[in-house]
Amino acid sequence: MRERDNEWTDLMRSANAGDTAAYHRLLKAVTPVLRAAARRGLVRAGQPVDQSEDVVQDILFAVHLKRHTWDTNAPFAPWLFAIARNKLIDSLRRRGRRIFVNIDDFSDTLPGAAAEETVSATEVSVHLDGLPQRQRDVLQSISVDGVSIKDTAAKLSMTEGAVRVALHRGLTNLANKLRVE
Amino acid sequence: MTMKTDDLIRALALDGKSRWRVGNLLTVALIAAVPVSVIAFFVKMGVRPDIATAVYNPFFDFKFVVTMSLALSAVALSLHLSRPEASGRGIVLILAIPVLLLAGAISVEMMMPQTRPWITRLVGNNSRVCLMAIPILSMPFLAAALVALRHGAPSRPVLAGACAGLLSAGLAATLYASHCTDDSPLFVATWYTLATSLVVAIGALAGSRVLRY
Repeated sequence: MRERDNEWTDLMRSANAGDTAAYHRLLKAVTPVLRAAARRGLVRAGQPVDQSEDVVQDILFAVHLKRHTWDTNAPFAPWLFAIARNKLIDSLRRRGRRIFVNIDDFSDTLPGAAAEETVSATEVSVHLDGLPQRQRDVLQSISVDGVSIKDTAAKLSMTEGAVRVALHRGLTNLANKLRVE
Repeated sequence: MTMKTDDLIRALALDGKSRWRVGNLLTVALIAAVPVSVIAFFVKMGVRPDIATAVYNPFFDFKFVVTMSLALSAVALSLHLSRPEASGRGIVLILAIPVLLLAGAISVEMMMPQTRPWITRLVGNNSRVCLMAIPILSMPFLAAALVALRHGAPSRPVLAGACAGLLSAGLAATLYASHCTDDSPLFVATWYTLATSLVVAIGALAGSRVLRY
């Protein structure tokens, strides 16, 4: 557990220093743990587990958009689980249910039980369609089709800078839509 | 189009736009709010006419020590609370600094011979102005602080909002103290505290609405 936490912390430090690959690995590494915890939380709240992927994506958005609030000298896991707990409570509240999140669902000593994605998320996909064309094209190309920023720029006849801006705005817009829903 | 979690991660990883630290944003936002409050202060009130002699009165000067220590300790606490994993325990004690300073000033004043009874000094002449001025002057600072904290990730939005209220009241009181002719720490402890509580309540209410992330 400690080893895992240290690894996460190191990855996040590298990510903050601009290492995209480290950031990608970190997000991939935390996702199964978040998924398992989200499922436990939903079960406890008497909610269908098939919403867990929405919760996971919601948490990932928050981690991304709030990553500057992580203190580089602090361990990463407590910060991550605080965000995750907050987003789970938030999504249960949005669904208008009684909220009971056990602190053990997101604790520092979570068992590393990995959970595979079984049902895909729907909320983000729904909101994608509401984005401006350009942002949607860029997001589609980079995320779903897995095309690099450079090739996306060539494909859509945009500059790389414009692709980056569209990507950032698209993600921010998606996160905002998830929040106000 | 459906976006799987792995797809989303790919997009997030490539979005490398660096973001402002909350502390930097808070500094910039508060500095931007200063002219608004300062202009409102000089248009509506201004410094007291006897300011040139008042500065030699240690009790006048001490008002600024109290209000500025309140503002600074509330800034520290706000920045702490802007982090999601913050418990708030322990560091809340930093707010004891302005309280102890004020308590110390009261005991010093009590030990000195006075021409007016303590109740007269406590009631003062400016209580109504004080109750109006501090909340009004604090609003630009409160808005600035909420904008900055919204950029953070406070797990306790009400508490963080209250703390934003505290820091903006501290800054507003620093301005107001130069207008107010009541220098007794008893007056400060009563009316400044009451005015501050009002701003804290407004901050807490606003925090519960705008500081959730």
